[in-house]
Amino acid sequence: MNGQVHPSLELRDIVIRLDGKPLVALDGTVAPGETLTVMGPSGSGKSTLLAYLAGFLPPAFDACGRIVLGDRDITDLPAERRGIGLLFQDPLLFPHLSVAGNLRFGLPRHMPDKTTHVRRALADVGLSGYGERDPATLSGGQKARVALMRLLLSAPSAVLLDEPFSMLDTELRDEMRHLVFSHLRAAGLPSLLVTHDQKDTAATRGRVIELGG
Amino acid sequence: MLRLAPLLIVALLVGPILAGLVMALLPAFGYLPALGGERLSLAPWRELFAQPGLARSVGVSFVSGLVTTTVSLVVVLLFLTGVSGSRLDRWIRRMVAPLLSLPHAAAAFGLAFLIAPSGLLARLLSPELTGWERPPDLLIVQDPWGFALMLGLVIKEIPFLLLMSLAALPQLDPGRRVILARSLGYRPTTAWLKVVAPTLYPLIRLPVYAVIAYATSVVDVAMILGPTLPPTLAVSVLTWFHDPDLSRRFMASAGAVLQLGVTAAALVAWWCLERLVSWLGRHWIDRGARSCAELPLRQAGKSLILIATLTACAGLAGLALSSSAGFWRFPDLLPQGFTTVHWLRALPSLSGPVTATWIIAVSATLVALALTLAALENEQRSGRRPAQGKLLSALTLLYLPLIVPQIAFLFGLVVVMESLGTRPRLGLVIFGHLLFVLPYVFLSLSEAYRRFDPRWMQLALTLGSSRQSAFWRVRLPMMLAPVLTAAAVGLAVSIGLYLPTLLLGAGRIATVTTEAVSLAAGGNRRVIGVWALVQASLPLIGFIIAVGIPRLLWANRRGLQGAP
Repeated sequence: MNGQVHPSLELRDIVIRLDGKPLVALDGTVAPGETLTVMGPSGSGKSTLLAYLAGFLPPAFDACGRIVLGDRDITDLPAERRGIGLLFQDPLLFPHLSVAGNLRFGLPRHMPDKTTHVRRALADVGLSGYGERDPATLSGGQKARVALMRLLLSAPSAVLLDEPFSMLDTELRDEMRHLVFSHLRAAGLPSLLVTHDQKDTAATRGRVIELGG
Repeated sequence: MLRLAPLLIVALLVGPILAGLVMALLPAFGYLPALGGERLSLAPWRELFAQPGLARSVGVSFVSGLVTTTVSLVVVLLFLTGVSGSRLDRWIRRMVAPLLSLPHAAAAFGLAFLIAPSGLLARLLSPELTGWERPPDLLIVQDPWGFALMLGLVIKEIPFLLLMSLAALPQLDPGRRVILARSLGYRPTTAWLKVVAPTLYPLIRLPVYAVIAYATSVVDVAMILGPTLPPTLAVSVLTWFHDPDLSRRFMASAGAVLQLGVTAAALVAWWCLERLVSWLGRHWIDRGARSCAELPLRQAGKSLILIATLTACAGLAGLALSSSAGFWRFPDLLPQGFTTVHWLRALPSLSGPVTATWIIAVSATLVALALTLAALENEQRSGRRPAQGKLLSALTLLYLPLIVPQIAFLFGLVVVMESLGTRPRLGLVIFGHLLFVLPYVFLSLSEAYRRFDPRWMQLALTLGSSRQSAFWRVRLPMMLAPVLTAAAVGLAVSIGLYLPTLLLGAGRIATVTTEAVSLAAGGNRRVIGVWALVQASLPLIGFIIAVGIPRLLWANRRGLQGAP
């Protein structure tokens, strides 16, 4: 996970429209290891922007502009080939898989020695020995940590964070902020965070852009 | 490939029905060269209208369609007004799926055993309350007005409409609507009738139309419970169709077209009734009455649905008793002894039809399930959902085999197959079953499929899975319970089908349903009890598997217990 050099995420003249009216307009670059925070009131298009970057823009919207990861234009690629990872509000651990099964799901298909990677990832977030557990038996914080490790094991080139701490209680939130952003920085991943919470913004130590209502 | 699935479904449902209708229409006007009908004429219609008792047959078919639908719908709506999550409510809701899986013929036999002059009910009341020492000479089952037929249909249509309503209700958020209305001073039942029922009805309109079509044209239930002199129109048409004198086929075709007209007339009458009730309902809402017979309405709903459910259960108990009864004198409530002799005698002849039933049901269900999954997955990927609650939508096509009377288009389909030189084969019967299994499998699965949180698939894709892989590794395992339930519904529908097996199999392919119904004329209750009970238990096996497999597989996965 660590030590790999990741490209920057470039958002070139992106405009997303709904019924012909511009909803989001954005242009900029997110450097490796940097987290760009996107804030704005409800309905300002924050989640739509993430959906567009991840490759899930609903058909009701149309968008123009380019999304470039290093020298790769990923705008027209399907979601699974973009190399963009997502962290949602909920940890969304697959309920039919064990904790280790969830982590293995993230690993690239032909990666050798998957078991070792999974064991290391669990140890990294203090969950050694939890591999065969049912995800439903984990606490909220444990689930969030597994979700983070699953994301990182999938070796994304950039990460999108959709209010990932909003469903955690206050104490856990601080802990998870530290864990997520330190891992993203250590991995050198460019990331884009959508949030309402000023504390999230402070924790990123990065730039903030405001989308209009 | 996925993109072809919706087209394939439409072609599969519309093509045979249109072809069947055309080929019923042509012989109805004298044109069927294979039988010497070279030119169009009105002779089949003249022959049809000369049949004694035709007007009565038509009348009973028409009225039973409207009465069955009205009673079933009213009972379901009244029950829903008072659903409070009590133990009784939960039990009734839990009984919906098993009752729905109960084949119509088995339910009809059960009812017949219950209400017949020597049935369980008469035994229960005799001789103390009735004074009957011998079965009275009353025509209760197969009464000339079709009351027993309507009762049998109501018992089966209530679970169908209830299930459809329960599936549609979550979209309407009825709890919050009722709370809002109550905050404005409306009593609970009135609130439900004024703010939930008017928006629920458009969502269940097509199932209601399917009930009308089914009840006006049903054959198997009518053969068991319906009048005999004359029988209902659909039964008459089937009799003419099977007449050894092949020239009667022309009249049978005219009868099939007339059946189509009767069903259409019943649908038009219902549509007019809808307008009237809607107009009256708007005035009632506008008048602003805050309450109306709150308690009586709620109690009526619960009582009526409870009676219907208990009647079906008691009927099954009657079948079980009859199938294993030794000497059973009237008015004894229970036989003097029990015996396995009826079962042992029936066993050798059961194996063939049971095997054929399973082969047909499993094949039709697997094809239907594959097509349904492909169409729903395509819908998810394209992001396009068919319009709901509108009559002119893709959903209407799904209901086509359920709204067009079976006898009308299956009859023509047989003519098509005979014209093409296709011999009755198992494959043809499976194809015929698919026409009816597919809509039910689709309707059973579609809501759960569409409600599945899209983030699961998005997450799988962003973790590097292909769409194909995400479908097999995430969606299918997580949706195992609803997929298996839809399969169980498909199996139940196929197991209960009578007319498609009889007509497309030309009477040469025997299933438990065709055999059970054919026993109706014989009147041997012991044998009927055995066959009807076997028929009733087969769909249950499907539901047991549908419930059991996810429980076994996900025994250690709390997050999937109680999944839809």
